[in-house]
Amino acid sequence: MAKFQGININPARYHKSQLKFYLVLIPMALFIALPIIFIVSHAFKPENELFAYPPRFFVRVPTLQNFRDLVSIANESGIPFSRYLFNSLIVTVFGVFLSVLFTSTAAYALSKLKFKGKKVLFEINTIALMFVPIAVTIPRYLIIANMGMIDSYWVLILPLIAMPVGLFLVKQFIDQTPDELIESAKIDGASEMQIFFKIIVPIVAPALATVGILAFQLLWNDTSGSSLYINDERMKTLAFYFSTLGARTGNTIAGQGVLAAASLITFVPNIVIFIFLQSRVMNTMAHSGIK
Amino acid sequence: MISKINRPAWFITPYVILFSVFILVPVIIAVGLSFTYFNTIETPEFIGLRNYIELLTRDEVFMQYVLPNTIKFAFIVGPLGYLMSFLLAWMLAQIPHKPRTVLAIILYSPSMTSGIAMTVVWTVLFSGDPTGYLNSILLQLGIVTEPVQFLTSANYLMTIMIIVSLWGSMGVGFLAMLAGILNIDKSLYEAAYVDGMKNRWQEIFYITIPSMKPQMLFGAVMAVVGTFQAGAIGVMLSGGNPTPQYSGQLMVNHIEDYGFIRYLMGYASVISVVLLMLVYGISRTTFKLLGERH
Repeated sequence: MAKFQGININPARYHKSQLKFYLVLIPMALFIALPIIFIVSHAFKPENELFAYPPRFFVRVPTLQNFRDLVSIANESGIPFSRYLFNSLIVTVFGVFLSVLFTSTAAYALSKLKFKGKKVLFEINTIALMFVPIAVTIPRYLIIANMGMIDSYWVLILPLIAMPVGLFLVKQFIDQTPDELIESAKIDGASEMQIFFKIIVPIVAPALATVGILAFQLLWNDTSGSSLYINDERMKTLAFYFSTLGARTGNTIAGQGVLAAASLITFVPNIVIFIFLQSRVMNTMAHSGIK
Repeated sequence: MISKINRPAWFITPYVILFSVFILVPVIIAVGLSFTYFNTIETPEFIGLRNYIELLTRDEVFMQYVLPNTIKFAFIVGPLGYLMSFLLAWMLAQIPHKPRTVLAIILYSPSMTSGIAMTVVWTVLFSGDPTGYLNSILLQLGIVTEPVQFLTSANYLMTIMIIVSLWGSMGVGFLAMLAGILNIDKSLYEAAYVDGMKNRWQEIFYITIPSMKPQMLFGAVMAVVGTFQAGAIGVMLSGGNPTPQYSGQLMVNHIEDYGFIRYLMGYASVISVVLLMLVYGISRTTFKLLGERH
Protein backbone atom coordinates (compact mmCIF):
# COMPACT_ATOMS: atom_id res chain seq x y z
CA MET A 1 0.00 0.00 0.00
CA ALA A 2 1.29 3.40 -0.93
CA LYS A 3 2.35 5.41 2.04
CA PHE A 4 0.04 8.31 2.90
CA GLN A 5 1.62 11.40 1.42
CA GLY A 6 -0.35 14.06 3.21
CA ILE A 7 -0.92 17.66 2.35
CA ASN A 8 1.46 19.60 0.18
CA ILE A 9 0.77 23.25 0.85
CA ASN A 10 1.84 25.75 -1.74
CA PRO A 11 3.59 23.26 -4.03
CA ALA A 12 6.24 24.60 -6.38
CA ARG A 13 5.06 22.78 -9.48
CA TYR A 14 2.33 20.62 -10.93
CA HIS A 15 2.14 17.00 -9.83
CA LYS A 16 -0.43 14.44 -10.91
CA SER A 17 -1.65 14.14 -7.32
CA GLN A 18 -3.07 17.67 -7.76
CA LEU A 19 -5.27 16.57 -10.63
CA LYS A 20 -8.23 15.80 -8.34
CA PHE A 21 -8.19 19.38 -7.07
CA TYR A 22 -8.18 20.78 -10.59
CA LEU A 23 -11.09 18.49 -11.42
CA VAL A 24 -13.15 20.28 -8.78
CA LEU A 25 -11.69 23.78 -8.99
CA ILE A 26 -11.84 24.31 -12.76
CA PRO A 27 -15.53 23.37 -13.22
CA MET A 28 -16.34 25.43 -10.13
CA ALA A 29 -14.44 28.43 -11.47
CA LEU A 30 -16.20 28.06 -14.82
CA PHE A 31 -19.60 27.95 -13.13
CA ILE A 32 -18.74 31.06 -11.17
CA ALA A 33 -17.24 32.89 -14.12
CA LEU A 34 -20.18 32.12 -16.40
CA PRO A 35 -22.44 35.03 -15.34
CA ILE A 36 -19.51 37.39 -15.65
CA ILE A 37 -18.54 36.12 -19.10
CA PHE A 38 -22.20 36.49 -19.96
CA ILE A 39 -22.19 40.16 -18.93
CA VAL A 40 -19.15 40.83 -21.11
CA SER A 41 -20.67 39.04 -24.06
CA HIS A 42 -24.14 40.54 -23.63
CA ALA A 43 -22.80 44.08 -23.35
CA PHE A 44 -21.39 43.93 -26.88
CA LYS A 45 -24.41 42.33 -28.54
CA PRO A 46 -26.25 44.27 -31.25
CA GLU A 47 -30.02 44.48 -30.98
CA ASN A 48 -30.81 41.57 -33.31
CA GLU A 49 -28.64 39.22 -31.25
CA LEU A 50 -30.33 40.31 -28.03
CA PHE A 51 -33.66 39.32 -29.56
CA ALA A 52 -32.37 36.08 -31.07
CA TYR A 53 -34.30 32.90 -30.38
CA PRO A 54 -32.97 30.51 -29.26
CA PRO A 55 -30.71 32.87 -27.31
CA ARG A 56 -26.98 32.73 -27.96
CA PHE A 57 -24.48 32.92 -25.16
CA PHE A 58 -21.58 34.47 -27.05
CA VAL A 59 -21.70 37.61 -29.13
CA ARG A 60 -21.13 37.17 -32.88
CA VAL A 61 -20.85 40.70 -34.24
CA PRO A 62 -19.67 42.84 -31.32
CA THR A 63 -20.83 46.44 -31.26
CA LEU A 64 -20.40 49.41 -28.94
CA GLN A 65 -24.00 50.47 -29.47
CA ASN A 66 -25.06 49.52 -25.93
CA PHE A 67 -22.38 51.75 -24.43
CA ARG A 68 -23.43 54.61 -26.70
CA ASP A 69 -27.04 54.10 -25.62
CA LEU A 70 -25.94 54.13 -22.01
CA VAL A 71 -24.50 57.60 -22.52
CA SER A 72 -27.37 58.90 -24.64
CA ILE A 73 -30.10 57.74 -22.23
CA ALA A 74 -28.43 59.80 -19.52
CA ASN A 75 -27.97 62.81 -21.80
CA GLU A 76 -31.60 62.72 -22.91
CA SER A 77 -32.79 62.81 -19.31
CA GLY A 78 -30.95 66.11 -18.84
CA ILE A 79 -28.02 64.94 -16.75
CA PRO A 80 -24.96 64.22 -18.86
CA PHE A 81 -23.39 60.81 -18.38
CA SER A 82 -20.10 62.50 -17.58
CA ARG A 83 -21.74 64.18 -14.60
CA TYR A 84 -22.63 60.84 -13.00
CA LEU A 85 -19.13 59.59 -13.73
CA PHE A 86 -17.59 62.72 -12.23
CA ASN A 87 -19.70 62.34 -9.07
CA SER A 88 -18.69 58.72 -8.68
CA LEU A 89 -15.02 59.53 -9.16
CA ILE A 90 -15.07 62.36 -6.62
CA VAL A 91 -16.92 60.28 -4.05
CA THR A 92 -14.74 57.20 -4.58
CA VAL A 93 -11.38 58.99 -4.61
CA PHE A 94 -12.06 61.06 -1.49
CA GLY A 95 -13.81 58.19 0.24
CA VAL A 96 -11.01 55.69 -0.33
CA PHE A 97 -8.38 58.20 0.74
CA LEU A 98 -10.20 59.16 3.95
CA SER A 99 -11.10 55.59 4.75
CA VAL A 100 -7.52 54.38 4.44
CA LEU A 101 -6.19 57.36 6.43
CA PHE A 102 -8.68 57.24 9.31
CA THR A 103 -8.74 53.47 9.52
CA SER A 104 -4.96 53.16 9.62
CA THR A 105 -4.40 55.89 12.22
CA ALA A 106 -7.08 54.38 14.43
CA ALA A 107 -5.65 50.90 13.95
CA TYR A 108 -2.18 52.14 14.91
CA ALA A 109 -3.53 53.73 18.07
CA LEU A 110 -5.45 50.60 19.00
CA SER A 111 -2.43 48.43 18.37
CA LYS A 112 0.55 50.40 19.70
CA LEU A 113 -0.50 53.46 21.70
CA LYS A 114 -1.55 53.44 25.31
CA PHE A 115 -4.79 55.13 26.32
CA LYS A 116 -7.90 54.52 28.37
CA GLY A 117 -10.73 52.55 26.84
CA LYS A 118 -8.57 51.02 24.14
CA LYS A 119 -9.67 47.45 24.80
CA VAL A 120 -13.33 48.45 24.94
CA LEU A 121 -13.06 50.31 21.63
CA PHE A 122 -11.59 47.28 19.92
CA GLU A 123 -14.25 45.05 21.46
CA ILE A 124 -17.02 47.32 20.18
CA ASN A 125 -15.42 47.36 16.75
CA THR A 126 -15.22 43.57 16.71
CA ILE A 127 -18.89 43.32 17.60
CA ALA A 128 -19.59 45.83 14.84
CA LEU A 129 -18.10 43.35 12.35
CA MET A 130 -21.50 41.75 12.71
CA PHE A 131 -23.26 44.99 11.82
CA VAL A 132 -25.80 44.89 9.00
CA PRO A 133 -26.16 48.46 7.68
CA ILE A 134 -29.56 47.88 6.06
CA ALA A 135 -30.97 47.31 9.53
CA VAL A 136 -30.39 50.92 10.56
CA THR A 137 -31.31 52.71 7.35
CA ILE A 138 -34.03 54.66 9.13
CA PRO A 139 -32.08 56.10 12.09
CA ARG A 140 -29.18 56.83 9.75
CA TYR A 141 -31.50 58.82 7.57
CA LEU A 142 -32.84 60.73 10.58
CA ILE A 143 -29.32 61.61 11.73
CA ILE A 144 -28.24 62.74 8.29
CA ALA A 145 -31.38 64.80 7.79
CA ASN A 146 -30.96 66.47 11.19
CA MET A 147 -27.34 67.31 10.49
CA GLY A 148 -28.44 69.07 7.30
CA MET A 149 -26.23 66.88 5.16
CA ILE A 150 -28.90 65.95 2.60
CA ASP A 151 -27.80 66.83 -0.93
CA SER A 152 -24.08 67.09 -0.31
CA TYR A 153 -21.21 64.95 -1.47
CA TRP A 154 -20.30 64.31 2.16
CA VAL A 155 -23.37 62.23 2.69
CA LEU A 156 -22.24 59.86 -0.05
CA ILE A 157 -18.79 59.55 1.52
CA LEU A 158 -18.89 59.83 5.30
CA PRO A 159 -21.30 57.00 6.22
CA LEU A 160 -19.10 54.51 4.37
CA ILE A 161 -15.72 55.52 5.76
CA ALA A 162 -15.70 53.82 9.14
CA MET A 163 -15.43 50.17 8.10
CA PRO A 164 -15.18 47.84 11.12
CA VAL A 165 -13.68 45.12 8.91
CA GLY A 166 -11.00 47.50 7.69
CA LEU A 167 -10.00 48.63 11.17
CA PHE A 168 -9.95 45.03 12.31
CA LEU A 169 -7.68 43.88 9.48
CA VAL A 170 -5.19 46.75 9.79
CA LYS A 171 -5.02 46.44 13.59
CA GLN A 172 -4.27 42.72 13.38
CA PHE A 173 -1.59 43.51 10.81
CA ILE A 174 0.07 46.26 12.86
CA ASP A 175 0.12 43.88 15.84
CA GLN A 176 2.77 41.90 13.91
CA THR A 177 5.27 44.78 13.76
CA PRO A 178 7.80 44.54 16.58
CA ASP A 179 7.61 47.17 19.32
CA GLU A 180 11.41 47.55 19.21
CA LEU A 181 11.13 49.26 15.84
CA ILE A 182 8.93 51.95 17.37
CA GLU A 183 10.98 52.20 20.56
CA SER A 184 14.22 52.79 18.68
CA ALA A 185 12.58 55.48 16.55
CA LYS A 186 11.39 57.18 19.72
CA ILE A 187 14.92 57.16 21.13
CA ASP A 188 16.01 58.87 17.92
CA GLY A 189 13.50 61.59 18.75
CA ALA A 190 10.69 60.75 16.32
CA SER A 191 7.17 61.88 17.22
CA GLU A 192 4.21 59.49 17.08
CA MET A 193 3.03 61.07 13.82
CA GLN A 194 6.48 60.66 12.29
CA ILE A 195 6.66 57.08 13.47
CA PHE A 196 3.27 56.42 12.00
CA PHE A 197 3.92 57.91 8.59
CA LYS A 198 7.59 56.99 8.19
CA ILE A 199 7.76 53.55 9.81
CA ILE A 200 4.31 52.04 10.21
CA VAL A 201 2.70 53.06 6.91
CA PRO A 202 5.40 51.45 4.70
CA ILE A 203 5.27 48.23 6.72
CA VAL A 204 1.49 47.92 6.71
CA ALA A 205 1.09 48.97 3.08
CA PRO A 206 -0.48 45.59 2.16
CA ALA A 207 -3.18 46.04 4.80
CA LEU A 208 -3.82 49.59 3.61
CA ALA A 209 -4.16 48.35 0.04
CA THR A 210 -6.72 45.85 1.27
CA VAL A 211 -8.73 48.51 3.08
CA GLY A 212 -8.47 50.63 -0.06
CA ILE A 213 -9.94 47.85 -2.17
CA LEU A 214 -12.78 47.17 0.27
CA ALA A 215 -13.56 50.88 0.50
CA PHE A 216 -13.44 51.17 -3.26
CA GLN A 217 -15.94 48.33 -3.69
CA LEU A 218 -18.24 49.89 -1.11
CA LEU A 219 -18.13 53.42 -2.51
CA TRP A 220 -18.07 52.62 -6.22
CA ASN A 221 -20.93 50.12 -6.01
CA ASP A 222 -23.07 52.07 -3.54
CA THR A 223 -26.54 53.09 -4.67
CA SER A 224 -28.34 53.57 -1.36
CA GLY A 225 -26.59 56.88 -0.58
CA SER A 226 -27.80 58.46 -3.81
CA SER A 227 -31.29 57.09 -3.52
CA LEU A 228 -31.88 57.95 0.14
CA TYR A 229 -29.91 61.11 0.86
CA ILE A 230 -29.65 62.89 -2.48
CA ASN A 231 -32.62 64.58 -4.10
CA ASP A 232 -30.64 66.62 -6.59
CA GLU A 233 -30.29 64.46 -9.70
CA ARG A 234 -27.01 66.18 -10.63
CA MET A 235 -25.27 64.85 -7.52
CA LYS A 236 -26.15 61.19 -7.85
CA THR A 237 -23.57 58.58 -8.70
CA LEU A 238 -22.97 56.36 -11.68
CA ALA A 239 -23.94 53.21 -9.77
CA PHE A 240 -27.25 54.86 -8.88
CA TYR A 241 -27.87 55.91 -12.49
CA PHE A 242 -27.20 52.32 -13.56
CA SER A 243 -29.62 51.00 -10.96
CA THR A 244 -32.41 53.12 -12.46
CA LEU A 245 -31.77 51.92 -16.02
CA GLY A 246 -34.17 49.00 -15.64
CA ALA A 247 -37.02 51.43 -15.10
CA ARG A 248 -35.79 53.83 -17.79
CA THR A 249 -35.55 51.20 -20.50
CA GLY A 250 -38.76 49.57 -19.29
CA ASN A 251 -36.97 46.24 -18.74
CA THR A 252 -37.24 45.44 -22.42
CA ILE A 253 -35.01 42.96 -24.15
CA ALA A 254 -33.31 45.82 -25.99
CA GLY A 255 -32.67 47.34 -22.57
CA GLN A 256 -30.81 44.25 -21.45
CA GLY A 257 -27.82 45.12 -23.61
CA VAL A 258 -27.63 48.55 -22.02
CA LEU A 259 -27.95 47.03 -18.55
CA ALA A 260 -25.18 44.56 -19.32
CA ALA A 261 -22.95 47.41 -20.51
CA ALA A 262 -23.67 49.23 -17.25
CA SER A 263 -22.84 46.15 -15.18
CA LEU A 264 -19.60 45.75 -17.07
CA ILE A 265 -18.56 49.36 -16.41
CA THR A 266 -19.30 48.90 -12.70
CA PHE A 267 -17.44 45.62 -12.47
CA VAL A 268 -14.27 46.27 -14.48
CA PRO A 269 -12.61 48.84 -12.15
CA ASN A 270 -13.21 46.52 -9.18
CA ILE A 271 -11.54 43.53 -10.75
CA VAL A 272 -8.66 45.47 -12.32
CA ILE A 273 -7.72 46.98 -8.97
CA PHE A 274 -8.08 43.63 -7.24
CA ILE A 275 -5.86 41.86 -9.76
CA PHE A 276 -3.11 44.47 -9.29
CA LEU A 277 -3.25 44.33 -5.52
CA GLN A 278 -4.18 40.70 -4.89
CA SER A 279 -0.81 39.64 -3.46
CA ARG A 280 -1.06 42.43 -0.88
CA VAL A 281 -4.59 41.40 0.00
CA MET A 282 -3.48 37.80 0.59
CA ASN A 283 -0.65 39.05 2.73
CA THR A 284 -3.15 40.98 4.89
CA MET A 285 -5.60 38.12 5.12
CA ALA A 286 -2.92 35.91 6.67
CA HIS A 287 -3.24 38.09 9.79
CA SER A 288 -7.02 38.41 9.70
CA GLY A 289 -7.82 35.92 12.42
CA ILE A 290 -10.17 36.55 15.35
CA LYS A 291 -8.46 35.38 18.51
CA MET B 1 1.72 72.04 20.27
CA ILE B 2 3.78 69.23 18.78
CA SER B 3 3.30 66.99 21.77
CA LYS B 4 -0.45 67.59 21.49
CA ILE B 5 -0.79 66.26 17.97
CA ASN B 6 0.98 63.14 19.12
CA ARG B 7 -1.74 62.24 21.54
CA PRO B 8 -3.62 59.02 20.80
CA ALA B 9 -6.79 61.09 20.48
CA TRP B 10 -5.60 62.47 17.15
CA PHE B 11 -5.20 59.02 15.74
CA ILE B 12 -8.45 57.63 16.96
CA THR B 13 -10.91 60.56 16.93
CA PRO B 14 -11.85 60.75 13.22
CA TYR B 15 -12.65 57.06 13.08
CA VAL B 16 -14.49 57.07 16.39
CA ILE B 17 -16.64 60.05 15.37
CA LEU B 18 -17.65 58.50 12.06
CA PHE B 19 -18.15 55.12 13.66
CA SER B 20 -20.37 56.63 16.35
CA VAL B 21 -22.43 58.84 14.06
CA PHE B 22 -23.12 56.27 11.37
CA ILE B 23 -23.01 52.93 13.19
CA LEU B 24 -23.27 53.16 16.97
CA VAL B 25 -25.81 55.98 17.37
CA PRO B 26 -28.13 54.61 14.62
CA VAL B 27 -28.22 51.29 16.45
CA ILE B 28 -29.12 53.07 19.69
CA ILE B 29 -31.78 55.18 17.95
CA ALA B 30 -33.22 52.06 16.32
CA VAL B 31 -33.59 50.51 19.75
CA GLY B 32 -35.22 53.72 21.04
CA LEU B 33 -37.61 54.04 18.10
CA SER B 34 -38.68 50.45 18.46
CA PHE B 35 -40.65 51.49 21.55
CA THR B 36 -42.53 54.23 19.69
CA TYR B 37 -45.17 54.87 17.10
CA PHE B 38 -43.46 56.99 14.46
CA ASN B 39 -44.90 57.86 11.05
CA THR B 40 -42.05 60.26 10.09
CA ILE B 41 -44.32 63.32 10.23
CA GLU B 42 -45.40 63.56 13.87
CA THR B 43 -42.99 63.24 16.76
CA PRO B 44 -42.46 59.64 17.89
CA GLU B 45 -44.96 58.61 20.53
CA PHE B 46 -43.87 56.21 23.26
CA ILE B 47 -45.96 53.04 23.18
CA GLY B 48 -43.83 50.63 25.20
CA LEU B 49 -43.59 47.09 23.98
CA ARG B 50 -46.62 47.30 21.71
CA ASN B 51 -44.55 47.01 18.50
CA TYR B 52 -42.78 43.95 19.79
CA ILE B 53 -46.05 42.33 20.83
CA GLU B 54 -47.55 43.19 17.46
CA LEU B 55 -44.59 41.64 15.64
CA LEU B 56 -44.69 38.44 17.64
CA THR B 57 -48.42 37.91 17.86
CA ARG B 58 -50.23 39.72 15.09
CA ASP B 59 -47.90 40.11 12.14
CA GLU B 60 -48.95 37.05 10.16
CA VAL B 61 -46.72 37.87 7.23
CA PHE B 62 -43.72 38.02 9.53
CA MET B 63 -44.46 34.75 11.30
CA GLN B 64 -45.67 32.83 8.28
CA TYR B 65 -43.25 33.99 5.64
CA VAL B 66 -40.56 36.45 6.66
CA LEU B 67 -39.10 34.65 9.66
CA PRO B 68 -39.19 31.12 8.18
CA ASN B 69 -37.76 32.46 4.89
CA THR B 70 -34.98 34.31 6.69
CA ILE B 71 -34.07 31.27 8.76
CA LYS B 72 -34.21 28.89 5.82
CA PHE B 73 -32.15 31.23 3.65
CA ALA B 74 -29.57 31.86 6.38
CA PHE B 75 -29.23 28.24 7.43
CA ILE B 76 -28.68 27.04 3.89
CA VAL B 77 -26.58 29.86 2.43
CA GLY B 78 -24.49 30.52 5.54
CA PRO B 79 -23.14 27.02 6.33
CA LEU B 80 -23.00 25.87 2.69
CA GLY B 81 -21.21 29.02 1.57
CA TYR B 82 -18.80 28.70 4.46
CA LEU B 83 -18.10 25.05 3.75
CA MET B 84 -17.60 25.79 0.06
CA SER B 85 -15.22 28.63 0.90
CA PHE B 86 -13.16 26.39 3.16
CA LEU B 87 -13.01 23.40 0.81
CA LEU B 88 -12.16 25.53 -2.20
CA ALA B 89 -9.49 27.40 -0.23
CA TRP B 90 -8.10 24.07 1.00
CA MET B 91 -7.85 22.74 -2.54
CA LEU B 92 -6.41 25.99 -3.88
CA ALA B 93 -3.68 25.85 -1.25
CA GLN B 94 -2.51 22.55 -2.72
CA ILE B 95 -1.88 23.71 -6.27
CA PRO B 96 1.00 25.89 -7.49
CA HIS B 97 1.00 29.66 -7.09
CA LYS B 98 0.10 30.79 -10.62
CA PRO B 99 -3.01 28.68 -11.27
CA ARG B 100 -4.01 29.30 -7.66
CA THR B 101 -3.95 33.06 -8.12
CA VAL B 102 -5.99 32.92 -11.30
CA LEU B 103 -8.59 30.55 -9.84
CA ALA B 104 -8.81 32.49 -6.56
CA ILE B 105 -9.50 35.73 -8.43
CA ILE B 106 -12.27 34.04 -10.42
CA LEU B 107 -13.85 32.53 -7.31
CA TYR B 108 -13.71 35.87 -5.49
CA SER B 109 -14.96 37.93 -8.43
CA PRO B 110 -18.71 37.68 -7.67
CA SER B 111 -18.01 39.48 -4.39
CA MET B 112 -16.86 42.47 -6.38
CA THR B 113 -20.12 42.76 -8.27
CA SER B 114 -22.74 44.61 -6.36
CA GLY B 115 -26.05 42.78 -6.27
CA ILE B 116 -27.84 45.30 -8.41
CA ALA B 117 -25.19 45.28 -11.11
CA MET B 118 -25.79 41.60 -11.69
CA THR B 119 -29.60 41.78 -11.84
CA VAL B 120 -29.53 41.70 -15.61
CA VAL B 121 -27.69 38.35 -15.67
CA TRP B 122 -30.16 36.61 -13.44
CA THR B 123 -33.21 38.14 -15.01
CA VAL B 124 -32.02 37.04 -18.46
CA LEU B 125 -30.94 33.57 -17.33
CA PHE B 126 -34.14 32.86 -15.46
CA SER B 127 -36.48 34.99 -17.55
CA GLY B 128 -40.04 33.69 -17.72
CA ASP B 129 -40.41 33.96 -21.51
CA PRO B 130 -38.94 31.46 -23.98
CA THR B 131 -35.92 33.69 -24.64
CA GLY B 132 -34.76 33.17 -21.06
CA TYR B 133 -31.66 30.98 -21.20
CA LEU B 134 -32.82 28.34 -18.77
CA ASN B 135 -36.30 28.20 -20.26
CA SER B 136 -34.88 27.99 -23.76
CA ILE B 137 -32.70 25.03 -22.77
CA LEU B 138 -35.52 23.27 -20.93
CA LEU B 139 -37.87 23.79 -23.88
CA GLN B 140 -35.36 22.44 -26.37
CA LEU B 141 -34.68 19.38 -24.26
CA GLY B 142 -38.39 18.83 -24.00
CA ILE B 143 -38.34 18.85 -20.20
CA VAL B 144 -41.07 21.48 -20.09
CA THR B 145 -43.67 22.33 -22.68
CA GLU B 146 -44.13 25.95 -21.76
CA PRO B 147 -41.75 28.44 -20.14
CA VAL B 148 -41.52 28.35 -16.34
CA GLN B 149 -42.05 31.63 -14.47
CA PHE B 150 -38.93 31.23 -12.37
CA LEU B 151 -38.74 34.73 -10.95
CA THR B 152 -42.38 35.55 -10.42
CA SER B 153 -43.51 32.18 -9.13
CA ALA B 154 -43.53 31.52 -5.42
CA ASN B 155 -42.26 27.97 -6.05
CA TYR B 156 -38.88 28.87 -7.48
CA LEU B 157 -37.91 32.28 -6.16
CA MET B 158 -36.35 31.07 -2.91
CA THR B 159 -34.29 28.36 -4.62
CA ILE B 160 -32.95 30.86 -7.15
CA MET B 161 -32.14 33.32 -4.35
CA ILE B 162 -30.13 30.59 -2.62
CA ILE B 163 -28.23 29.63 -5.77
CA VAL B 164 -27.42 33.25 -6.60
CA SER B 165 -26.24 33.89 -3.04
CA LEU B 166 -24.06 30.77 -2.98
CA TRP B 167 -22.57 31.90 -6.27
CA GLY B 168 -21.33 35.02 -4.51
CA SER B 169 -20.33 33.51 -1.19
CA MET B 170 -16.55 33.31 -1.73
CA GLY B 171 -15.82 36.69 -0.20
CA VAL B 172 -13.35 38.21 2.22
CA GLY B 173 -13.72 35.20 4.53
CA PHE B 174 -12.68 32.90 1.71
CA LEU B 175 -9.54 34.96 1.10
CA ALA B 176 -8.77 34.91 4.82
CA MET B 177 -9.12 31.13 5.00
CA LEU B 178 -6.93 30.67 1.91
CA ALA B 179 -4.22 32.85 3.44
CA GLY B 180 -4.64 30.98 6.72
CA ILE B 181 -4.08 27.56 5.15
CA LEU B 182 -1.07 28.80 3.19
CA ASN B 183 0.50 30.10 6.38
CA ILE B 184 0.33 26.88 8.38
CA ASP B 185 3.76 25.74 9.44
CA LYS B 186 4.68 22.66 7.37
CA SER B 187 6.59 21.10 10.23
CA LEU B 188 3.26 20.62 12.05
CA TYR B 189 2.20 18.16 9.38
CA GLU B 190 5.55 16.41 9.39
CA ALA B 191 5.41 16.00 13.14
CA ALA B 192 1.90 14.58 12.87
CA TYR B 193 3.01 11.88 10.39
CA VAL B 194 5.74 10.80 12.72
CA ASP B 195 3.05 10.51 15.40
CA GLY B 196 1.04 8.23 13.13
CA MET B 197 -1.55 10.41 11.39
CA LYS B 198 -3.26 8.15 8.88
CA ASN B 199 -5.40 10.08 6.45
CA ARG B 200 -6.57 13.38 5.00
CA TRP B 201 -9.52 13.69 7.36
CA GLN B 202 -7.36 13.41 10.43
CA GLU B 203 -5.05 15.93 8.85
CA ILE B 204 -7.88 18.41 8.22
CA PHE B 205 -9.45 18.06 11.66
CA TYR B 206 -6.35 17.74 13.83
CA ILE B 207 -3.91 20.04 12.04
CA THR B 208 -5.39 22.28 9.36
CA ILE B 209 -8.50 23.62 11.08
CA PRO B 210 -7.01 24.07 14.58
CA SER B 211 -3.95 25.84 13.11
CA MET B 212 -6.05 28.37 11.25
CA LYS B 213 -8.83 28.75 13.80
CA PRO B 214 -8.58 32.57 13.91
CA GLN B 215 -9.13 32.76 10.15
CA MET B 216 -11.92 30.19 10.43
CA LEU B 217 -13.67 32.43 12.98
CA PHE B 218 -13.19 35.53 10.86
CA GLY B 219 -14.58 33.62 7.88
CA ALA B 220 -17.56 32.51 9.96
CA VAL B 221 -18.46 36.07 10.97
CA MET B 222 -18.12 37.22 7.37
CA ALA B 223 -20.35 34.32 6.25
CA VAL B 224 -23.10 35.20 8.74
CA VAL B 225 -23.02 38.92 7.95
CA GLY B 226 -22.79 38.27 4.21
CA THR B 227 -25.84 36.05 4.34
CA PHE B 228 -27.98 38.70 6.01
CA GLN B 229 -26.60 41.45 3.78
CA ALA B 230 -27.67 39.52 0.71
CA GLY B 231 -31.25 40.10 1.81
CA ALA B 232 -32.20 42.48 -0.96
CA ILE B 233 -31.79 39.77 -3.55
CA GLY B 234 -35.38 38.54 -3.67
CA VAL B 235 -36.73 42.00 -4.45
CA MET B 236 -34.02 42.49 -7.04
CA LEU B 237 -34.85 39.21 -8.80
CA SER B 238 -38.64 39.43 -8.72
CA GLY B 239 -38.65 43.16 -9.37
CA GLY B 240 -40.81 44.31 -6.48
CA ASN B 241 -41.37 44.49 -2.75
CA PRO B 242 -43.25 42.49 -1.49
CA THR B 243 -41.99 39.48 -3.43
CA PRO B 244 -44.61 37.21 -5.10
CA GLN B 245 -46.77 35.75 -2.30
CA TYR B 246 -43.97 36.72 0.09
CA SER B 247 -42.00 33.72 -1.13
CA GLY B 248 -38.67 35.54 -1.13
CA GLN B 249 -39.49 38.03 1.62
CA LEU B 250 -36.61 38.34 4.11
CA MET B 251 -36.34 40.51 7.21
CA VAL B 252 -34.46 43.17 5.30
CA ASN B 253 -37.35 43.45 2.83
CA HIS B 254 -39.87 43.54 5.67
CA ILE B 255 -37.97 46.50 7.13
CA GLU B 256 -38.10 48.33 3.81
CA ASP B 257 -41.74 47.46 3.38
CA TYR B 258 -42.72 49.00 6.72
CA GLY B 259 -40.12 51.78 6.81
CA PHE B 260 -40.16 53.15 3.30
CA ILE B 261 -43.41 51.96 1.78
CA ARG B 262 -45.80 52.26 4.75
CA TYR B 263 -43.73 54.80 6.70
CA LEU B 264 -44.24 53.01 10.00
CA MET B 265 -40.75 53.70 11.28
CA GLY B 266 -41.28 52.52 14.83
CA TYR B 267 -42.47 49.18 13.63
CA ALA B 268 -39.66 48.94 11.06
CA SER B 269 -37.21 49.64 13.90
CA VAL B 270 -38.48 46.64 15.84
CA ILE B 271 -37.71 44.41 12.88
CA SER B 272 -34.26 46.05 12.63
CA VAL B 273 -33.53 45.39 16.28
CA VAL B 274 -34.65 41.78 15.95
CA LEU B 275 -32.47 41.40 12.84
CA LEU B 276 -29.38 42.83 14.57
CA MET B 277 -29.94 40.54 17.54
CA LEU B 278 -30.38 37.57 15.22
CA VAL B 279 -27.09 38.28 13.39
CA TYR B 280 -25.29 38.78 16.68
CA GLY B 281 -26.82 35.66 18.23
CA ILE B 282 -25.97 33.48 15.25
CA SER B 283 -22.40 34.81 15.10
CA ARG B 284 -21.95 34.09 18.81
CA THR B 285 -23.37 30.57 18.46
CA THR B 286 -21.11 29.90 15.48
CA PHE B 287 -18.16 31.01 17.59
CA LYS B 288 -19.12 28.62 20.33
CA LEU B 289 -19.67 25.71 17.96
CA LEU B 290 -16.33 26.25 16.22
CA GLY B 291 -14.58 26.87 19.49
CA GLU B 292 -15.89 23.74 21.19
CA ARG B 293 -15.14 21.34 18.41
CA HIS B 294 -11.42 21.76 18.90
